[in-house]
Amino acid sequence: IMSLFGEVPQATPVAVFKLSNDFKEDPNPMKVNLGVGAYRTDEGQPWVLPVVKKVEKLIVADNRLNHEYLPILGLPEFRSSASKIALGEDSPAIQESRVGAVQCLGGTGALKMGAEFLRRWYNGNDNMKTPVYVSAPTWENHNSVFANAGFKDVRPYKYWDAEKRGLDLDGFLGDLETAPKHSIFVLHACAHNPTGTDPTHVEWMQVAEVMKRRKLFVFFDSAYQGFASGCLDKDAWAVRNFVTQGFEMFCAQSFSKNFGLYNERVGNLTIVARDADNVRRVLSQMEKIVRVTWSNPPSQGARLVAITLNRAELFAEWKDNVKTMADRVLLMRASLQAKLQALGTPGTWDHITQQIGMFSFTGLNPKQVEYMIKERSIYLMASGRINMCGLTTKNIDYVAKSIHETVVNVQ
Amino acid sequence: MQVCDLLSWWSEVQMGPPDPILGVSEAYKRDTNPKKINLGVGAYRDDQGKPYVLSCVRKAEAQIAAKKLDKEYLAIGGLGDFTKACAKLALGDDNEVIKSGRNITVQTISGTGSLRIGANFLSRFHTEARDVYLPKPSWGNHTPIFRDAGMQLKAYTYYDPKTCGFDFQGALNDISKIPEKSVIMLHACAHNPTGVDPRPEQWKEIADLVKKRNLLVFFDMAYQGFASGDIDRDAWAVRYFIEQGHNIVLSQSFAKNMGLYGERVGGFTVVCKDAEEAKRVESQLKILIRPIYSNPPMNGARIAATILNTPDLYKEWLGEVHGMANRIITMRELLVANLKKEGSTRNWKHVIDQIGMFCFTGLKPEQVERLTKEFSVYMTKDGRISMAGVTSGNVGYLAQGIHAVTK
Repeated sequence: IMSLFGEVPQATPVAVFKLSNDFKEDPNPMKVNLGVGAYRTDEGQPWVLPVVKKVEKLIVADNRLNHEYLPILGLPEFRSSASKIALGEDSPAIQESRVGAVQCLGGTGALKMGAEFLRRWYNGNDNMKTPVYVSAPTWENHNSVFANAGFKDVRPYKYWDAEKRGLDLDGFLGDLETAPKHSIFVLHACAHNPTGTDPTHVEWMQVAEVMKRRKLFVFFDSAYQGFASGCLDKDAWAVRNFVTQGFEMFCAQSFSKNFGLYNERVGNLTIVARDADNVRRVLSQMEKIVRVTWSNPPSQGARLVAITLNRAELFAEWKDNVKTMADRVLLMRASLQAKLQALGTPGTWDHITQQIGMFSFTGLNPKQVEYMIKERSIYLMASGRINMCGLTTKNIDYVAKSIHETVVNVQ
Repeated sequence: MQVCDLLSWWSEVQMGPPDPILGVSEAYKRDTNPKKINLGVGAYRDDQGKPYVLSCVRKAEAQIAAKKLDKEYLAIGGLGDFTKACAKLALGDDNEVIKSGRNITVQTISGTGSLRIGANFLSRFHTEARDVYLPKPSWGNHTPIFRDAGMQLKAYTYYDPKTCGFDFQGALNDISKIPEKSVIMLHACAHNPTGVDPRPEQWKEIADLVKKRNLLVFFDMAYQGFASGDIDRDAWAVRYFIEQGHNIVLSQSFAKNMGLYGERVGGFTVVCKDAEEAKRVESQLKILIRPIYSNPPMNGARIAATILNTPDLYKEWLGEVHGMANRIITMRELLVANLKKEGSTRNWKHVIDQIGMFCFTGLKPEQVERLTKEFSVYMTKDGRISMAGVTSGNVGYLAQGIHAVTK
């Protein structure tokens, strides 16, 4: 009997997960995983934040809590406190009641909801032709999220300058100037993934000026707030500046990394609009999109974050935990750069400490990456991206020496 | 600053209509009448009208907490311990499908998420037919889900308003005309919203006809265990169809039968020709899932897996599901008894014949409106009530109200 699915082709696996799989199967005791973006301790272990453990105990012990459905848009106390984290406690937009939020499944879910809404309601109705610009390079799933939401024209904007290993500001501004009006731009709020290269404040203001003048839509992806510099407010500077500039915008927030809640899928889509009435109508349409996708979001993670953010001592403890993670990353950056310098590895390595957040774009080319994987069992993305969290005081010498050897022997 | 700076991007965005089902709960919350009853959304309530957290769930949670697990991302397809157990629950431990590895089961965001992934999968890969045939009526959210995924919706006769029962002949007539390769949606048990299920011999004829018509079967099983109180009995239709050679797709929810509503626990299964095909299908399901939410939430799946895979918790669960189903059945009987006591001369037999959480009372929209306005009884306009909202404490008042608007 012929199968209805006889013609379904085997899809290629998502690269970052295949990398983790290959790492798992590698028998080399020296192997290092610098692939997938999750925090690791100096022992190379996942880290459940102490404040998270504490709040989980509170939740389990509280018999008043149950597993009932959340509202479609999510847990109210989560949504409002999450938006406050992004926009600031004293944000004028919040005070003016022109901020709304949708609890979503992780940062991906927030991007998805935003994308679906924009396709239906932005720049006309169901306009699939609005160009969506994502940075070159960007988190690979950005392309899929927007394409899947129906956008037919997802394009790159210049961002990374491979030669100078830094931001291609002129290219970026140039693409903003030539983008069709009303194009959507996905901006990384901080700790750009995968390059770790963020615009400076001055550069952000230049970006904002062009976007305002050319009526481009601001869609921030904020997956690393707090994780980049160790300071929540510092990492939210760009988002808040754009709000001050008067933009209506979306900000997709993830609490996967800064709360270490990866598998609980905790995200928030913050919506800044002209006024409360616009927020109200936008949220009513968001509800319809949510209803045909997941009906209502998962409660555990949102509850955890809401309790933490809304209690002073827990909030303070969380900020401290976040700083612990950010500080370890900064230490590894400094350490790796120092070792490469000491080894006399050809090239400049300042970008290791100039870049920010979990990732570093090493500048290693595909051949060099392949060498690292095959000959050294050091797993990194083909783009040369490494996860700094995969480095520990125990393996950093091995990694530094391997990079050195690779750069010297493989061109 | 230019005038257009003052305009919003969203000026043309219309106010969306309130969701009919969830909107009922919201209206209920606003009502100040102390006698108000919420018979809207399908969430189980105990006899005090309170949400019920299953004892096996609490035990599973305590076990999980003690294990001090990390919070690393799950695979795109979800927690393996959960998906395996989920498939076994639906198909039976010894099912040949599972043994030969020709099913792919992925963890989904409860039933809605499962239906959506299924709809997306069919929309992308089942290109020979765009039509999904739903029973008339069906769960309100089926239509928008499939439509949003790009499928067209059609219907087959199902409910007979004259008998408040199953229009078997009507269903067969309509199904016999469905074009080949179309998708047919079947509610595995405890049909939502009517509570009307085919009898086994009727299921057999349906299975036969569906095979003759060469239709793709999509089973929605949101109430396994919750309908009759028996896990295997409620999955009988699903297993029978598979036995008869239908390679079905199946959505499962653990919202009701484990009371895990807000944790969003569900599964989507495709029964394939063989293990090799299952691998290909799996790879494509992952491609569909990743741009929506990357990977599913852990908490609920871990609880469900713990229960399903721990013998004494599993046993306790079966008992609790049986208990919930029994309370519903008792409430059905009490409601009919009270209606008779009120002096109602209408035939209310369907209230007892119907099964599962919902009851299609047969009330008309005007009667429902009166019931809500005059008695603060909240339900959906189609006359559907959630029996879970009925308690021994409110069944008398409810009978009063229903009698008042129907006499």
